[in-house]
Amino acid sequence: MTMEKTGDLLRHAGNSRVAGFFVRLVRQKVLGTIGAAIFLIVVLAAIFADFIAPYGMTEIHLFNTLEGPSTEFWLGTDEVGTDVFTGIVYGARVAIIIGFTATALHVVVAILVGLPSGYFGGKFDIVLQRFVDAWMAFPSLLLVITIMSMTGRGSLQLILVLGITTGITHSRVVRGSVIAAKENLYVEAAKAIGCSASGIIWRHILPNIMAPIIVLFTISIGSIIVSEAGLSFLGYGLPPEEASWGGMLSYQGRQYMEMAPGLAFWPGLAIALTVYGTNMFGDAMRDLLDPRLRGSESI
Amino acid sequence: MIQYIIRRMLLVIPTIFIVSIVVFVSVRFLPGDIVELMLAEQGGLLRGTKAREHVEELLGLDVPAHVQYLRWVGGIVFHGSLGDSLTNAKTVTQLIGDRLPVTLELGALSMLVSLAIGIPIGIYSSIRQDTIGDYIGRSIAIVAISVPHFWLGIMVFLYPSIHFNWSPRVQYVGFFEDPMANLGMMIIPATILGLILSGQVMRMMRTTMLEVLRQDYVRTAYSKGLRERVVINRHALKNAMIPVVTLIGISLPFLIGGSLVIEQIFALPGLGRLMLTSLEARDYTTVSGINLVVALFVILFNVVIDISYSWLDPRIRQQ
Repeated sequence: MTMEKTGDLLRHAGNSRVAGFFVRLVRQKVLGTIGAAIFLIVVLAAIFADFIAPYGMTEIHLFNTLEGPSTEFWLGTDEVGTDVFTGIVYGARVAIIIGFTATALHVVVAILVGLPSGYFGGKFDIVLQRFVDAWMAFPSLLLVITIMSMTGRGSLQLILVLGITTGITHSRVVRGSVIAAKENLYVEAAKAIGCSASGIIWRHILPNIMAPIIVLFTISIGSIIVSEAGLSFLGYGLPPEEASWGGMLSYQGRQYMEMAPGLAFWPGLAIALTVYGTNMFGDAMRDLLDPRLRGSESI
Repeated sequence: MIQYIIRRMLLVIPTIFIVSIVVFVSVRFLPGDIVELMLAEQGGLLRGTKAREHVEELLGLDVPAHVQYLRWVGGIVFHGSLGDSLTNAKTVTQLIGDRLPVTLELGALSMLVSLAIGIPIGIYSSIRQDTIGDYIGRSIAIVAISVPHFWLGIMVFLYPSIHFNWSPRVQYVGFFEDPMANLGMMIIPATILGLILSGQVMRMMRTTMLEVLRQDYVRTAYSKGLRERVVINRHALKNAMIPVVTLIGISLPFLIGGSLVIEQIFALPGLGRLMLTSLEARDYTTVSGINLVVALFVILFNVVIDISYSWLDPRIRQQ
């Protein structure tokens, strides 16, 4: 068999595995499928925001301020006459961009901390885990707003802070999976034939902890989107000009919410639905990909 | 038992040490110069190197970092003092002492609400697995987890005031001044936080009960003719409680973070409010003080939880 053919076969196997996963998802997990569908809608809204939104992101309608829902403005308008539905659609973009990048960073941090800790074990593990203990003792929100107040608002800061803080906390999950994977006979065999530690980690450990890592990603993305919204709500997240759902709920708009309660209702519903979608999808994914994690519902 | 408690306390010391370093470092070595920020906050009234030196001295920044750290820790250990507030005549210890009871009350009430809602529904869901009731219970749990508490808070503030012209009272009343009025004020914010947390309690309760219900001793209890009530309450529940108790310990940081937001919405003068006003005023000694107190509180609370395991499960004591 030539190299090319092997590659084709492997790719085909990979594709059918992903397809197989979705077939099982739809067949076995109704709520998980609904969750995946909601999440997909949010992702599509984020990508095609420019085509979906009826108005421009900063377009204002001075004669239509604080209006209720109408055929012209589906979800009403705010105090300067911006269309709320347009804001929600562009908000999806912000939520998805921050959500994906911060969650990706969080996974990388969790691996960087958890993998060596679990693989090498011993004194190194004990010392490192005391740092993780200390870290988990902090209400992350307090630490995050302390840091955000010093670095100033901004997407880059927010992604770094959210990614690193949650990554350190979730490194425990990676560490646990690594400790389990390390016990496999083939790891011992690889050690016996003299493979280097980095070789074993790349070829044997990492591929084996892929399932919990994918699950961790899906489950965390919801909580990271909520954190972003919460921080923007408090005024320590994204700057006001970024149309974040949390920012739409924040204090600046407080006085107008009594006149047009939709201003507070829709962005919150958007957050809740997105998080509901990722939670359901993440749950189903965990059940299908990595049943061992089923007990650890708190992550 | 006492030996177990002492051993558990000793394990905490390195964690507390690291926590104190994290708190110390987080406000001092981050990008963004506190002194600059504080000078800017004064509206440029203080300028030049003189002003800078003055602020540095006020913050105790005029000595090397390790000396600063030792001074700070020394003050806490030997005098119980977290330092002086930069913006308030009171010391940080006094400020925190004034506000802590509000947050503790809110946290304790929220926890009670979450347990009162989460445990019964979780148990019901597990003993009637895969029935309609179970599906409804699980859906409630997921909705509770997904709804952001700050949104729920705003909704509770907004809609009743529009439709019924009713709004939660804003003037805070202490518990010892008027217990009923105080509880009346606290119950709504506590229910909001408790509802959000109850989703996790439900799920955890359900999962662990399902595991316990499959154990041999539960089957034995059923087969010797005990009523379901007795089997659940006396045999299954106590064994299923450990992960739930752990969850309560893990969620304490969440509750504190949540109370920060809820206090802001409902105008409760707790630690969260103090934190936000101190951050706004760049009062970093107070911020560090709050971070440290809260972290210590979380650590000690988790020690208590660890000790309670050995009460729930005597086997743990032997390890």
